[in-house]
Amino acid sequence: MKFRHLVGAAAAALFAVVSVSGAAQAGATLDAIKKKGFIQCGVNTGLAGFSVADSQGVWTGLDVDICKAVAAAVFGDANAVKYTPTNAQQRFTALTSGEVDILSRNTTWTLTRDASLGMMFTGVTYYDGQGFMVPKSAKIKSAKELKGATVCVQTGTTTELNLADFARANKLNIKPVVFESLEESKVAFFGGRCKAYTTDASGLASIRAKDAPNPDDYIILPELISKEPLGPAVRRDDVEWFTLVKWVLYALGEAEESGITSANVNEMKSSADPNIQRLLGVSGDMGQKLGIDNAWAFNAIKQVGNYGEIFERNVGQKTPLRLARGLNATWKNGGLMYAMPVR
Amino acid sequence: MTMEEATTPQVERPPASVTGPWGWARANLFSTPWNTFLTLVSAAVLVWAVPPALDWLIFNAVWGHVKPEVCKQADGACWAFIAEKYRLILFGRYPFKEQWRPVLAVCLLIAMIVFSCNRRFWRVWLGAVWMAGLAVFGTLMWGGVLGLSPVETNLWGGLPLTLILAVVGVVVAFPLSIALALGRRSRMPIVRSFSVAYIELIRGVPLISLLFMASFMLPLFLPTGMKINALLRAQVAIIMFTAAYLAEVVRGGLQAIPKGQYEAAQALGLGYMQMMWKIILPQAIRAVIPPIVNTFIGMFKDTSLVAIVSLTDLLLATKQAISDPNWRAFFVEGYVFIAFIYFIFCFSMSKYSQHLEKTLRAGARR
Repeated sequence: MKFRHLVGAAAAALFAVVSVSGAAQAGATLDAIKKKGFIQCGVNTGLAGFSVADSQGVWTGLDVDICKAVAAAVFGDANAVKYTPTNAQQRFTALTSGEVDILSRNTTWTLTRDASLGMMFTGVTYYDGQGFMVPKSAKIKSAKELKGATVCVQTGTTTELNLADFARANKLNIKPVVFESLEESKVAFFGGRCKAYTTDASGLASIRAKDAPNPDDYIILPELISKEPLGPAVRRDDVEWFTLVKWVLYALGEAEESGITSANVNEMKSSADPNIQRLLGVSGDMGQKLGIDNAWAFNAIKQVGNYGEIFERNVGQKTPLRLARGLNATWKNGGLMYAMPVR
Repeated sequence: MTMEEATTPQVERPPASVTGPWGWARANLFSTPWNTFLTLVSAAVLVWAVPPALDWLIFNAVWGHVKPEVCKQADGACWAFIAEKYRLILFGRYPFKEQWRPVLAVCLLIAMIVFSCNRRFWRVWLGAVWMAGLAVFGTLMWGGVLGLSPVETNLWGGLPLTLILAVVGVVVAFPLSIALALGRRSRMPIVRSFSVAYIELIRGVPLISLLFMASFMLPLFLPTGMKINALLRAQVAIIMFTAAYLAEVVRGGLQAIPKGQYEAAQALGLGYMQMMWKIILPQAIRAVIPPIVNTFIGMFKDTSLVAIVSLTDLLLATKQAISDPNWRAFFVEGYVFIAFIYFIFCFSMSKYSQHLEKTLRAGARR
């Protein structure tokens, strides 16, 4: 009898400990971030334009700038970020195990990932789609003509799965030739190992511009066989943190729509437009509602720039990638970037 | 030369056909038709392969700091890529202004390795030297004391990371492997079955799966908030793996020792520890130096697998350097550069093992 009591008490104590620690953790990501004074950001180990360590080992890129903007919003300091390079297989574990607070790593937003991996996507920072590149000499005009063709593809990505789906849906019997890294797959394609090369359209454009022996010898086929909305994701355990990251993305978009840039954000503070006043924290208490300083958006725009600036700086026409805005233009310019109203 | 001198009887010298370079060539390169054939084929391969390789590597290569556009025009290698990126490749994302610290740390580590290669210093105090050396290495890299700014392990990268993984791997795995090898031959059933189970289990899986377990699975099992340093996790995986392989090598050495040695040691009244330490292990390990060094070399190169779990070792740092879109076309140069670094280390190890074998076998040369 006594022994049973003891076991019962021990179990109760254990349960109490577990539930207390559980309660302390629910919704605690933002608190923990504020306490430690920096954001842990999971990025790609190396993807041109999105997350690259430059010659001095400093991270740059579109995905990196998103983390910087969030850090600027929370702490007023875009450099309060610690980066964890992650690879395709490791990224979700890194997020769910708490190694990173935000995963900003060219990750495609899909139902499975949103529903079953313990994470939430906060928005889209880059609309991409998967396409094909073929040598002009192959005289292929459409992806539907790739019957029985060998296609070079990088492993561990949705790209590989989309290729299989596309081949099955169109009964094309495509033979994928799978590579671990971008370099290997590129070399194989330009070496004639495969008839076609497939990856996200953004990648195709930059690879053709940078790596082809003669860019004019290759064409990108018109079909996009998938939708690839890339965006940052956070853990499910803290809705406030989720909301904050989501609204930082909207603020960057809203800034571009309203013509606020890192250069003119100081003057814009004296704008008479109530929308701009609310966004920049001149009036209202938008920041406080998110649990951070009212100058959140001001700091993010001032230190990192609006979405358009981030895009042009990292992947735009003046960079080696030379990507057009396309789907990533604001809705006013025929794109899909549409910021929810800050009010 | 006069007639008189010419007729003076002289010591008969071997005919010119067996001495000198021609004689050497005849004896070694053209002794049989088959050897002649092999020599000609090898010469043809060299003539075919070496000049283009040298052209690419040296004569047509682009040296110094230039823009990538200049490299695009050249036929040879673009060493400007290395000139631009060598600090990223060698030290990863270690803070740029603090990179004198990893330079010092690497020099210290290499100095300690060279120092330890000298047999005169193989004394008990060498262990203490290593403890102190590794402590200094850690202080330099971590910082946080003596006015050095703290640098977390997730910023460590490149050569220091590769070296520390390999060196700590060897230093810890070696004693562990001796214990395991002795355990496997022990008469105590629990010790023996534990050693057998450990060795067979670890040898039964590839290193990469251990690294995956340590890096991806372990964090999911740990309670939220509890984190084990990623570098430490990979280091433990490497140690466990190397220890299992080395244990079998050491066991091979133990089995080569004749039973008489054990009996003689026991007859002298030596206990187990003394017998092993003074009689058996010195002979056993001497017998297996080549396979031990072989394991070390393999393990040194295996450290590059940590790139897969996103530790920025020499290989991943190079990959990061390559992902710069401006320099992306010159990845071959990057890989050649680190291949050269790996070669220097592995070749030195193998040379040292040959030297060690020679000196240790002075008494038993056949």
